[in-house]
Amino acid sequence: MVATGPQERAALAAAAAVAVPLLQVRDLTLEYRSEHKTIRATHEVSFNVQQGDRFVLLGASGCGKSSLLKAIAGFLAPRSGRILLDGKPVLEPGPDRVVVFQEFDQLPPWKRVLDNVAFGLIASRQCGKNEARGRAAQALATVGLTRFADAFPHQLSGGMKQRVAIARALAMRPRVLLMDEPFAALDALTRRSLQEEVLRLWAELGFTLLFVTHSIEEALLVGSRILLLSPHPGRVRAELNADGFEIAGIGSPAFQAQQQRIHRLLFDQ
Amino acid sequence: MSHVFTHRPEFERELPPLPALAEPVSLSRARRLWQRDSVRQVVVLVLIAIAWELAARWAGNDLLLPGFLQAAQAWWSDLRNGELLTRTGASLSLLLRGYALGVVLALTLSALAVATRPGRDVLNTLTSLFNPLPAIALLPLALLWFGLGSGSLIFVLVHAVLWPLALSTLSGFQGVPETLRMAGRNYGLRGMRYVLQILVPAALPAILSGLRIGWAFAWRTLIAAELFFGASSGQGGLGWYIFQSRNELLTDRVFAGLATVVMIGWVVERLVFDSVERLTVRRWGMQR
Repeated sequence: MVATGPQERAALAAAAAVAVPLLQVRDLTLEYRSEHKTIRATHEVSFNVQQGDRFVLLGASGCGKSSLLKAIAGFLAPRSGRILLDGKPVLEPGPDRVVVFQEFDQLPPWKRVLDNVAFGLIASRQCGKNEARGRAAQALATVGLTRFADAFPHQLSGGMKQRVAIARALAMRPRVLLMDEPFAALDALTRRSLQEEVLRLWAELGFTLLFVTHSIEEALLVGSRILLLSPHPGRVRAELNADGFEIAGIGSPAFQAQQQRIHRLLFDQ
Repeated sequence: MSHVFTHRPEFERELPPLPALAEPVSLSRARRLWQRDSVRQVVVLVLIAIAWELAARWAGNDLLLPGFLQAAQAWWSDLRNGELLTRTGASLSLLLRGYALGVVLALTLSALAVATRPGRDVLNTLTSLFNPLPAIALLPLALLWFGLGSGSLIFVLVHAVLWPLALSTLSGFQGVPETLRMAGRNYGLRGMRYVLQILVPAALPAILSGLRIGWAFAWRTLIAAELFFGASSGQGGLGWYIFQSRNELLTDRVFAGLATVVMIGWVVERLVFDSVERLTVRRWGMQR
């Protein structure tokens, strides 16, 4: 743990940034259109993410949480509504919003781990080759993978691949780090250790995180604020605080109460 | 019905460090050699050569079936007097020119096809038109347009390489995982940089197999084309060497020419394509 606690740090950051939220989503309606029909993924969803937030989008499948993340990343153009990052509209994908995906094939298999982490820095022209490799090595060290810098992605386990994906995203120092169910394809033990890792990195580096999950427990552990979405199409059901829940306190009455409250909000429509 | 568990005590254990692993048993030298594909292939080749020699001795007709040793002798003497080398050189230089042009065209076409919808329509239509057409069937037309000479041969070679390569490259591009595409765009890659840094390496297994098929098509097409002209173009290649030797009833040289065609095909396949694959897609775990 660092000198200032994560809560204090978040509180300070939030107080400083309350005037202009880092990320604003306004009445966002997203649709997928095919020849035969239109599927509405989200309907007029609004929320604000403040600097230093660990903001979680939580909901059952079909609530449009991944679509929201794709739209914020710039991969999906909104049907209506606006997305503002630092007050400027999001129009296309960019290195200021790096995504960690669920799928392991997000890492180009032809690049060694270190080059994979440096690739984003070089491709986005943030820095030259040497500086990129230096920053990549540093980022690999923070996720404890220095030993595997020369390995190819296919030689790593699933958990290690996700660690590389996180290191790659952190090395780029994005304005907001987007995570799309990053641990859903991992086994339960690896998932738990990566959740801890994300919290540790956040306390260390103080980035802003937007995290998509369908697990109530994960939302409470990882998030500082949770947006609950109802499905078909996704609409905002509630926005809750989740700060102060730690892995050690999973069985605590407060944790269970919040868990049950979310369960009720999601299922007793 | 309820089950009654017998009482068993719980226990916890401290784990002592493991003893060192025993050295793996090494195979004998002969067994290790036999494990290698190339060694077994050589053995098969030797058996074929022996069978061929025996069949030739039994037939006893040099004009129809010269023996392996006789053909090997003809091959060796034409190799030493430089005839085979010049012929092979003529064939290969033509082949490389046609192949390179075909590859450039195929990659350009498939890059256009993956980037734009009209490009895809054009490529799909053209490949479905031309892919079933044997390249050699275009030779008469090529002769009409470009006359006797390397122009016509390069035209049919390009045709032999272009369509299969464009087809497999496009399907390789289309098979690039969505996540990898999004990761590339996330880094701000667009246009040609996106194609070269994401799509081409990600589609490399398909591109390499297209290059292999294109090479085999081009090589066959070239030899076939040379069979029916070559003298008039001034310097004939390997196909012409085979055809000429048959005209002069030098059947052992026909076999020597055929063997050279096979050997070059084999060398390119094994040394060039296999090595490229081993150094790229296999190493990256994209292909087993």
